[in-house]
Amino acid sequence: MNPKLVARDVCLEYRQPRTGDRLLALDRISLSINEGEFVSIVGPSGCGKTTFLSVVDGLLPATSGEIIVDGLSVNKPGPDRAVVFQDASLLPWRTVLKNVCYGLECIGVRASEAQERAMRFVQMVGLDGFENSYPYELSGGMQQRVNLARALVMDPKILLMDEPFAALDAQTREYMQEELLRIWEQANKTVLFITHQIDEAIFLSDRVIVFSARPGRVREHVTVDIERPRSLKLKRDPRFHALEDRIWSLIHDDALAQARS
Amino acid sequence: MSGRSIADICRDNERLIIGASAFAAFLVLWEGFSRGWWATLFTPLLGEGARALAIKPIFISSPTGVAQQAWTMFAVTGEIWPHIAQSGGQLIVGLGAAILIGVPLGLAAGRYRTFSYILDPFLSALNATPQVAFLPLFVMWIGTGFWMRVLIIFLLAVIPITMNALAAVRTVDPRLLKVASSFGASELHTFRTIIAPSALPFILSGMRLAVGRSMIGIVVAELYGSATGIGIMINMAGSSFDTDKVFVGVLVIVIAGLLMSEALRAIERRYDGWRPAIGDNY
Repeated sequence: MNPKLVARDVCLEYRQPRTGDRLLALDRISLSINEGEFVSIVGPSGCGKTTFLSVVDGLLPATSGEIIVDGLSVNKPGPDRAVVFQDASLLPWRTVLKNVCYGLECIGVRASEAQERAMRFVQMVGLDGFENSYPYELSGGMQQRVNLARALVMDPKILLMDEPFAALDAQTREYMQEELLRIWEQANKTVLFITHQIDEAIFLSDRVIVFSARPGRVREHVTVDIERPRSLKLKRDPRFHALEDRIWSLIHDDALAQARS
Repeated sequence: MSGRSIADICRDNERLIIGASAFAAFLVLWEGFSRGWWATLFTPLLGEGARALAIKPIFISSPTGVAQQAWTMFAVTGEIWPHIAQSGGQLIVGLGAAILIGVPLGLAAGRYRTFSYILDPFLSALNATPQVAFLPLFVMWIGTGFWMRVLIIFLLAVIPITMNALAAVRTVDPRLLKVASSFGASELHTFRTIIAPSALPFILSGMRLAVGRSMIGIVVAELYGSATGIGIMINMAGSSFDTDKVFVGVLVIVIAGLLMSEALRAIERRYDGWRPAIGDNY
């Protein structure tokens, strides 16, 4: 199978403005994601997972190494990648439908066509009837659905998801995880998903990549060998618990070291 | 209307009723000072001292005097219209130029750091100086005509407009800017879709400040070699103790300022209706 996304020896160094120290945020990250694969990155906070996502998106230039999408090296944002942001980051002065249109507008799609395409995705994420609502009228979960639709409508090769459910309450989060799987199976996308929640990563992914902290490094690839479609019952399956334990112990050492420092 | 008692109607229009009563009370108080009502009323209580409560109309005029004078100037002789035309023209050109130049300048300085480094020293220095101090210079450079007065109005107005536009860009949610660059939005598109809508309320409040300051500009600038204009009319009326006329001039300025503030508020409502705090008031 062809790798859709490859990161080769990606390093990111930045200068801390206050102290002037140079800090290594990402240390030789190499990974490869196949077409249609759902891959999660987990790691303790401060391990650079969100930073890595920004590098993949092209918002942050890597200090060295490269990001390859479909065999081509990329260094700036492009329509082949779309981000689902951590905070819904919706334009508060736009309705749901107009928010979903935003990316299409940016690449010069005509307004009428953009709205037509956007409407399909508003329906796909289950927001039928809310297309003329403003973001402040929606719950956190609904806002994240808009955020997801805004990325999906671009028909990207790779969907980059940056802890999209972190700010939701526990019940809504689990519900959204199931919804995401349903939508993912429909849309058939390659996904790179960032989270700090181990159970979320296992439940959603084909493969979980564990990062270690400061500097961010790939610590281990864990394959989730559990059949799909999955339902939330899976979270009580012994195979699920075994994976959870394994990833937890990988992260635990790091988290402990950090909590002490 | 069934079921609405007078008490209900009073409560619903509280703002209007209280505001209007306070203003009416103020007018009566003023008229009373001018006509010696209060002096007469309090003489039994205060004796001779109550005479201090009667103030000669030459100092404070009176609401009826002002109304009468206004009627004469607007409708009978029509002498105020050339003044309004002159000052209004200066205001429109000066304030208009300040908006056309100040808003883009401020937005650019807010967005591009290097440009703000260039603009900042000038803006800060200009803001710290009383701009009317430049008047003698302007008179030397371009004389005492229309354009000198436009220039001083422009200078007074452009500062709050530019500064607010600059500050407005800095308040734009960085997460939204990230969304724009992630979707590959062009710079122009980012300005149109992200920066302009979130900066709008700040830009409008800068304009509101500018309206007040340009009114100062009108009065001060017309002191130099002007024959017509509300500012010079006020001044000449003042030096001949024609207090009624002074108040009519002030009233014209107050009303013009209020109208412009209202117009700005209407723009804000038109483009800022998405804001829940405003929407809830309807």
